[in-house]
Amino acid sequence: MGSREHSMGADDATGSPDRHHSEVTLRVNGKPHTLIVDHRSVLLDVLRERLDLVGAKKGCDHGQCGACTVLVDGRRVNGCLLPAVALDGCDITTVEGLAAGAAGATGEELHPLQRAFVERDAFQCGYCTPGQICSAVGAIAEAEAGHPSHVTDPEAPSGQPVPLGPDEIRERLSGNLCRCGAYPNIVRAVEDVIR
Amino acid sequence: MKPYAYARAGSVEEAAELYAAHPGARYLGGGTNLVDLMKLGVEEPAALVDVSRLPLDTVDELPDGSLRIGATVRNSDLAAHPTVRDRYPALSQAVLAGASGQLRNAATTGGNLLQRTRCPYFQDTDEPCNKRAPGSGCGARDGVHRDHAVLGHSPQCIATHPSDMAVALAALDADVELYGADGPRIVPVAEFHRLPGDHPEQDTVIRPGELITGVLLPAAGAGLPSLYRKARDRASYAFALASVAAVIGVEGGVVRHAGIAFGGLAHRPWRARQAEQALLGAAPTTAAFERAADLELAAAEPLRDNAYKIRLARNLAVDVLERLVPPAAT
Repeated sequence: MGSREHSMGADDATGSPDRHHSEVTLRVNGKPHTLIVDHRSVLLDVLRERLDLVGAKKGCDHGQCGACTVLVDGRRVNGCLLPAVALDGCDITTVEGLAAGAAGATGEELHPLQRAFVERDAFQCGYCTPGQICSAVGAIAEAEAGHPSHVTDPEAPSGQPVPLGPDEIRERLSGNLCRCGAYPNIVRAVEDVIR
Repeated sequence: MKPYAYARAGSVEEAAELYAAHPGARYLGGGTNLVDLMKLGVEEPAALVDVSRLPLDTVDELPDGSLRIGATVRNSDLAAHPTVRDRYPALSQAVLAGASGQLRNAATTGGNLLQRTRCPYFQDTDEPCNKRAPGSGCGARDGVHRDHAVLGHSPQCIATHPSDMAVALAALDADVELYGADGPRIVPVAEFHRLPGDHPEQDTVIRPGELITGVLLPAAGAGLPSLYRKARDRASYAFALASVAAVIGVEGGVVRHAGIAFGGLAHRPWRARQAEQALLGAAPTTAAFERAADLELAAAEPLRDNAYKIRLARNLAVDVLERLVPPAAT
């Protein structure tokens, strides 16, 4: 396990529950982890510093950039804003878990979105990519479940899957910033997968 | 961040008890605003009472035709709910106009109402701010205030309320359901948020320890055409410079029902009562919409750099009303 000195709250790996620490069980990428967490530790810090899952990135640390996006119980969320103690018993999927058996992936094969990001060259530096991909996984599921977006036609029937064109993809992924500006190819990569 | 205690409530009653047992506690919903403010040092709770898993996560139609939204219904689920989309479209549109997909998946209905202003002086503990540190002054009044209030502000505070959802709820005559030490009570959304006056540290009329348990949407107005429109600096994922929610009912060529609220202009969702009164009984013409909007906004007191909001809000209101009542229908 790596250094734990560089972030507040993600310390005390082996303490015992007390006023400021609690035991939680997180099922991460299919594997249960029971650990004592400082109440201040957010999910992102626990994943990166306690579980060595460094795919999710710390960008802004304020829920504005989306680099920390992971799936909690199948829904995309900002890992930087969720105290881990509040997630006891939750199922968490990070970018590391997408290839290993998430819907659409088999075994060691990349998830279709990961493959599309590679094929479409949908990144430059790659820092935002794990968040972009997890966010896209969540966004596609939301559209299939009939969730509208800001750009969905208000007359579209409720409860029906929403088709995702470029405008829908851009709007639904607006919570994921890419400082390199790889947006055009990110949109194309997502389009490839939903086609 | 200072260390804090944590307790998860299993019921509304237990939440109130846990809050009372932990001085300096805050309720934790989705955490999207509170945890951010804790990282900024603006909030320093001694304890978090987690109410995010309370069994208040459903949208239910009540026998009288009203709709009850539980306080822990997530913003994304609220916006996608078929009954909300069909009967109160402005509410779904308003929720979808705010934040990002990730944030809407976490943020709760109750938490959305209780989110704090995004005034940069409030969020920066090195700056003066009467809302964060009463008596320290207002850095925004003579500072960067392009995003700030033009209606109902005070010498102490010119912050705006950031919620889109609350603007639609105010126009739709929704009520907030509260539970506290004295039991349950109901407050109209339009009266839930305060104007700053001499106490900008109080955003709302909620009492210490009180918990939002739900929001009630009345049967009156259900199914009437309603719309939310928001002007912002980016096409997505930005707070409102100005926004309008409106619901309107026209019968026999005259306006019989009007609910209009502005966002981004004041310390609370600004229910446009004067504009509504001017429209009731009148023919729904563009000229009538313009007169109504101008009447409401006549009270605006712009600051050095935000007078643009008055014209913007006026044009938004006229546009929304025209869309709701196309000229062909009048």
